[in-house]
Amino acid sequence: MEELLEILEELHPDIDFEECDTLIDENILDSFDIIALISEINLEFGISIPPDEIVPENFNSAQALYQLIERLSDED
Amino acid sequence: MNKKKFGLRVAAVCFLFIAIWLLQRLLMPKYVSAIVEGSLIEEYYREETSHDVIFVGDCEVYENISPIALWDNYGITSFIRGGAQQLIWQSYYLLEETFKYEKPEVAVFNILAMQYDEPQSEAYNRLNLDGMRMSKEKIKSINASMMEDEHLAEYLFPLLRYHSRWNELSWEDFKYIFNKDKISHNGYYMRVDIQPVKTIPKPKKLPSYEFGEKAWEYLNRMVELCKENDVQLVLIKAPSIYPHWYDEWDAQIKEYSEEHDLLYINLLQKADEVGIDYNTDTYNGGLHLNISGAEKVAVYLGNILKETYGLKDHRDEPELSSVWQEKSRFYNEMREKQLRELEEYGYLKSLGVEKRED
Amino acid sequence: MLFASYNFIVFISVLFIIYYIIPKKYQWVLLLLASYLFYFFAGPSYLIYIAATTISTYIAGRMIGNIAQSQARYLSEHKKELTRGEKRVYRDRQKSKMWRWLLACLLFNFGILAVVKYSNFVIANINHISKAVGGTGGFSFWNIALPMGISFYTFQTMGYIIDVYRGKYSPEKNIFKLALFVSFFPQLVQGPISRFDDLSQTLFKEHPFEYRNISFGLQRIVWGYFKKVVIADRIMVAVNTLIKDPETYQGAFALVGMLFYAFQLYADFTGGIDITIGIAEVLGIKVKENFDRPYFSKSIAEYWRRWHITMGTWFRDYLFYPLSTSKGMMKIYKFTRQHFNPYLGKRIPVYISTIIVWFTTGLWHGSSWNFIVWGLMNCFVIVISQELEPLYSWFHSKVRIGNTIGFRVFQVIRTVLLLSAIRMFDCYRDVPTTFRMFGSMFTVFNYRELFNGSMLNLGLSMADYGVLLLGLVILLTVSLVQRKGSVRAQLASRPHLIRYAIYYALLIAILIFGAYGVGYDSSQFIYNQF
Repeated sequence: MEELLEILEELHPDIDFEECDTLIDENILDSFDIIALISEINLEFGISIPPDEIVPENFNSAQALYQLIERLSDED
Repeated sequence: MNKKKFGLRVAAVCFLFIAIWLLQRLLMPKYVSAIVEGSLIEEYYREETSHDVIFVGDCEVYENISPIALWDNYGITSFIRGGAQQLIWQSYYLLEETFKYEKPEVAVFNILAMQYDEPQSEAYNRLNLDGMRMSKEKIKSINASMMEDEHLAEYLFPLLRYHSRWNELSWEDFKYIFNKDKISHNGYYMRVDIQPVKTIPKPKKLPSYEFGEKAWEYLNRMVELCKENDVQLVLIKAPSIYPHWYDEWDAQIKEYSEEHDLLYINLLQKADEVGIDYNTDTYNGGLHLNISGAEKVAVYLGNILKETYGLKDHRDEPELSSVWQEKSRFYNEMREKQLRELEEYGYLKSLGVEKRED
Repeated sequence: MLFASYNFIVFISVLFIIYYIIPKKYQWVLLLLASYLFYFFAGPSYLIYIAATTISTYIAGRMIGNIAQSQARYLSEHKKELTRGEKRVYRDRQKSKMWRWLLACLLFNFGILAVVKYSNFVIANINHISKAVGGTGGFSFWNIALPMGISFYTFQTMGYIIDVYRGKYSPEKNIFKLALFVSFFPQLVQGPISRFDDLSQTLFKEHPFEYRNISFGLQRIVWGYFKKVVIADRIMVAVNTLIKDPETYQGAFALVGMLFYAFQLYADFTGGIDITIGIAEVLGIKVKENFDRPYFSKSIAEYWRRWHITMGTWFRDYLFYPLSTSKGMMKIYKFTRQHFNPYLGKRIPVYISTIIVWFTTGLWHGSSWNFIVWGLMNCFVIVISQELEPLYSWFHSKVRIGNTIGFRVFQVIRTVLLLSAIRMFDCYRDVPTTFRMFGSMFTVFNYRELFNGSMLNLGLSMADYGVLLLGLVILLTVSLVQRKGSVRAQLASRPHLIRYAIYYALLIAILIFGAYGVGYDSSQFIYNQF
């Protein structure tokens, strides 16, 4: 979770990612951010997020994103 | 769904159909003042008495023969089911339909239509078909006549064809929405004006002088149909100078009529005998005859029909007499009216006179 | 069999009746038969193509499904004995087996599409280049017919196989059901491009006769025909006159042509989709919406989220995401991030993917350069406005007009003008002509000619313009009413008299004012050819 928050804060230093749960709905993360996020997560966690997981529900909050990462790494 | 709701729905659907039907009546061309030929076919259904002779064919029947003169001179009752550029299968199906209503003694077919083996134009199809009442024959005739881009649906529901007339509607379309004035004299289209024959267009050389297969097929069927119904079929060629009637064509018809034991009268060859004067008896330079010419043809033809087939003189039958007296009155009235108009304007203004190619 | 033909209307009427009188479990079978019959009318030989796509996709889908199943079974049976590493090795091996089936299926089907749709384009370009370097350029063109709707059903079916590969759902076991998904006739001609998990929810179900479905469906069909027959086919007459003779119709007329074409395409395409969705609705089937009042968009990017939505999301899910998150892109991301800066690192992979997506979108619309340029122009505008975003924010922080109605209207008009201008590539079908005509709008000052009666020489009479104006007003009104939700639902709550007056007026308007029959060429839906 810590690493994830670091990645997020690097993208948008001005957002409180522990609180916000409308990252997509309020257009805080744009498509560039999402693609960058996926790349960063891949580099950091060695997990590739498949295209069909790219849905608002998975990206709306740091918590949701973390759960996605957990779920994907569990499968291994 | 309760009863009231159901009733309302039915009423709503009925209302829609009535509205569409009214619109269809409104938008269909009325053919009352211009292109009156469009009214000829449907006027047959107004007839209350039967006929000894039925004519079918193109403009060479409905402009060249006066049924009133046939009555006046011989007491022969007749009707012309002709139409502009009527194709032979259209003539055939008209006869088939007519025989459902009555069995005349004689059916006369003008043979010029043999020249066409294929549908020619949507507009002429419409003039010949729209006036027919809905029947098996009508559908068959439509199917035989349609051009490539035509649809049966547009004949069954003429609104689909005429809907685009919405921006050219005139007072006439409203006035005649249910009832139209009679414009013909038992299918005869009257013209009193005169335009003598001056030049005769040189006949074009044709690639082939053989009539088409489809034309022969329908002529054969016409012969069969008349035989079955015990009606004498007569072939005529009206004394119109053009479209040119080729000798090769004449020979084929002559041969055919001898083979099938039919009477074939080429009135063009016998124009002198008929008494046609091409300076006074035509209204458009030999294409069609005027009233004077049409009466002469009627007198000549009537005599032959009476002699050959022993047609009865009905003039002493009171019922028929009164019907035909009324027809004569309308005929003379129109002649007077046209003459007055001619005197006043120099041309027949009310008929929206314009030249057409048939 | 075109949507706007008597035959089609008879076809669907008969289908509706049979559909609701046969036993409900055969309803989907009837739809399959009807779809193949529909396709047969389009061209008997086309059936081979659609059958090939169906069978190949069925086989690949089943094979992938079997591999996934045996994988799941194996893993659960050996849960305890296997180490994480061993599991991963096993999984990768299975994945690569599935990948081979997927690849084979994609290559085969996109291969068919490429051959029938693009081989002549490639040949033309080869000839062109060969001539430029002094060759003869003598490759002759293939005489090959483009099967109706092949771009649409190929995309839809490939979406299905990719989803199966991704494990989103298990493959359809009944080949005839898959065949119906591939060939479902209302959407065969021009979309929407449906997803299997979405459409299959209603496509294969039993549908009882429900008055509301039928009534709403029929209303939607009538509305679609109104747009298509009264508006699109009428304005098409003028558009054709204008684009067939670009030398005569420059300047003001190029502008008129541009706007008319935008109007025509909207009415034609959305009308066609209304008919499609309406037919499906009468059958009790839910097809995804393809438009969300696109001409009210405030930017080109937004427009592309609201116009032809199912195509946009297809490209997003099956091309943009896989591309932008692929290993190659990640390398580029890492590289630019390390050697340049994070800003570029974020952008380069996305932009490369965006350009590829728009190139493909252009190519999908038609096999000629004008469509490719059209796609890239869209891309260009989207990228530029993305990069200008900081400038806009700065502007809005200084000048606080961003939320006024006036500014929103300005944005909408700007977007419509921009997208219409880009669309001239699609309209004139030729890149140099498009540039010339676009230029002429600013260099040829013949705007006064618009009012001297020249507009009446384009094939439309004053009355036609009246109908078009009225149509435009009706379209606008409906769009505005739509903001409050379904127009049909709002209508349904009105008194009967008003409702029926509106239904009847619409129906009669189509009958009377429709540009059909003698004097009008029955035109194909513009999207047919794509």
